[in-house]
Amino acid sequence: MTQMMADKVLAPAIKIERIHKRFGDLHALKGIDLTIQQGEFFGLLGPNGAGKSTLINILAGLLKPTHGKVSIMGHDVMDDYQAARLSLGVVPQELVFDPFFNVREMLRFQAGYFGRGRENDAWVDEVIENLGLTDKAHTNMRKLSGGMKRRALIAQALVHKPPVIVLDEPTAGVDVELRQMLWAFIKKLNADGHTIILTTHYLEEAETLCERVAMMKQGEIVALDTTANLLSKLPGKNLRLNLGEASLPPALLPMLKSGENGVYTLALTELNQVEFALSALREAKINVEDMQLIEADLEDVFMSLVGGKNGQYESN
Amino acid sequence: MVSMNLIDDLIPPQWRGTYTLFKKELFRFWRVAFQTVASPVLTSLLYLLIFSHVLENHVQVYKGVPYKAFLIPGLIMMSLLQNAFANSSSSLVQSKIMGSIVFVLLTPLSYLQFFIAFLAAAIIRGFLVGISIYLVAIWFVDLTIVHPLWIFTFALLGSALLGTFGIIAGIWSDKFDQMAAFQNFVIMPLTFLSGVFYSIHSLPPFWQTVSKFNPFFYMIDGFRYGFFGQSDISPWLSLVVVFSFLLALAWAALKMLKSGYKLRG
Ligand SMILES: Nc1ncnc2c1ncn2[C@@H]1O[C@H](COP(=O)(O)OP(=O)(O)OP(=O)(O)O)[C@@H](O)[C@H]1O
Ligand SMILES: [Mg+2]
Repeated sequence: MTQMMADKVLAPAIKIERIHKRFGDLHALKGIDLTIQQGEFFGLLGPNGAGKSTLINILAGLLKPTHGKVSIMGHDVMDDYQAARLSLGVVPQELVFDPFFNVREMLRFQAGYFGRGRENDAWVDEVIENLGLTDKAHTNMRKLSGGMKRRALIAQALVHKPPVIVLDEPTAGVDVELRQMLWAFIKKLNADGHTIILTTHYLEEAETLCERVAMMKQGEIVALDTTANLLSKLPGKNLRLNLGEASLPPALLPMLKSGENGVYTLALTELNQVEFALSALREAKINVEDMQLIEADLEDVFMSLVGGKNGQYESN
Repeated sequence: MVSMNLIDDLIPPQWRGTYTLFKKELFRFWRVAFQTVASPVLTSLLYLLIFSHVLENHVQVYKGVPYKAFLIPGLIMMSLLQNAFANSSSSLVQSKIMGSIVFVLLTPLSYLQFFIAFLAAAIIRGFLVGISIYLVAIWFVDLTIVHPLWIFTFALLGSALLGTFGIIAGIWSDKFDQMAAFQNFVIMPLTFLSGVFYSIHSLPPFWQTVSKFNPFFYMIDGFRYGFFGQSDISPWLSLVVVFSFLLALAWAALKMLKSGYKLRG
């Protein structure tokens, strides 16, 4: 093996150095540094407008950075764009499609753009099957439902077997069945050595799937660590109370995280706050119908870092 | 489909990407051939019937060439040029509006390969329309072919020139009506004022001079020379003019594509 090839083998899947992006006056990315190693399952999280898609579009060569460098598998996305793009499969966030063709035709064309010929057709069919598109293979793209279009969009990113796969909100608008199917397929690809980068607003998804996550806010990375570390950094737990008809005593309002239909979730920083909460309820003569102590999840980490008070963030 | 596979296998791997994009562009217009091929053919035949009927006994442009015959090369070239333009421009505008242009932008295809594929498809569409009109027209009119090579050369250069112009218009336009403005305010007037329906020698001197600034005049005049061996000016001069225009537009189109203008923000 030549030195150059050895370097490529050891090269990070993605290396982002001091990336800035301005859209006129808007400073959308403010110096992003991020290295993702080959074989990682990586989550890129952040509220709407944080800059996730902008960063992905720079990786994909759809946007030019105002400043900074990006490489994929050791190939610079500007100077060595052909090798970089051969290594990358991107599922765009927007539901775009070509209205002239059916699913299989479109996937074969897409593979062809990457220089793949008929020897690749078996893989295309495998992708079709794994994404539950077999019944729709001969359906025109225009006639697919939204969720089916999303599947086709995901399939399109995979036709050339890229070592690095970036999925920008792949599960927006898809049913539970596909989510499970999709994650099973993506996990298999990851196990086969593909690097996966995922953005999602479903934090439970990120928590179960991603070994490492970056949280972005207003064009900056505000946290970057393994999922386990991020969770352990937050010592707090949540206390979930079912109060039936009663409402929460005012003394507990500062701890309130969320509450609806008589079920309130309180954020605890220390365990002895359970005592405090219960005594406050007793004083108010409120009958607790049910009570649970819950570990903090990625959403709590996210809220504490990104500050979701303005309700930008959704969870399911 | 079998024959298509055969061609696919003959393409060397380094050309597969370009070839695939070309093939996709071909399929794109062929899927709607009624609108992209049959309809321009019908339009040209209507022109032929009406103009030749009205003007048959009033106009004789070249010695020994009936007006009907004179008209056909002009109509063929006009449709060929318009359709070459329409193919690349509407495909680009549509895929920009739909967003599906990203599927091409995400691939390793270079800007040159992108250009070649779109251009080749535009040329094929132009030829297909042109040949169809010819094949239908010769049922009605006796048409000579004196220099087939000149016919082919001008058809090729003309469709390439308009295909290239279509790429420029398609990249520049963000909406269909901007592209339609190119068609209605640039291409249509220039074709109509280029001598499709008349020889510029029948014009007053001032308008003769104006016509000589119109590149469409050279394309049509050179093309017509191939049919009759007669033309308003030497086909060699037309060749030089058309080729120079093609080079200039191709340079502009490639510069736009290379910079990522309106395609990569
Ligand atoms: N082409 C563009 N021109 C101008 N501003 C843009 C453009 N693309 C994105 N922006 C702005 O850049 C910021 C980051 O947008 P981006 O799409 O990257 O966010 P995001 O993190 O992907 O959000 P979401 O979760 O909603 O997808 C936003 O303020 C957005 O309005
Ligand atoms: Mg986004």
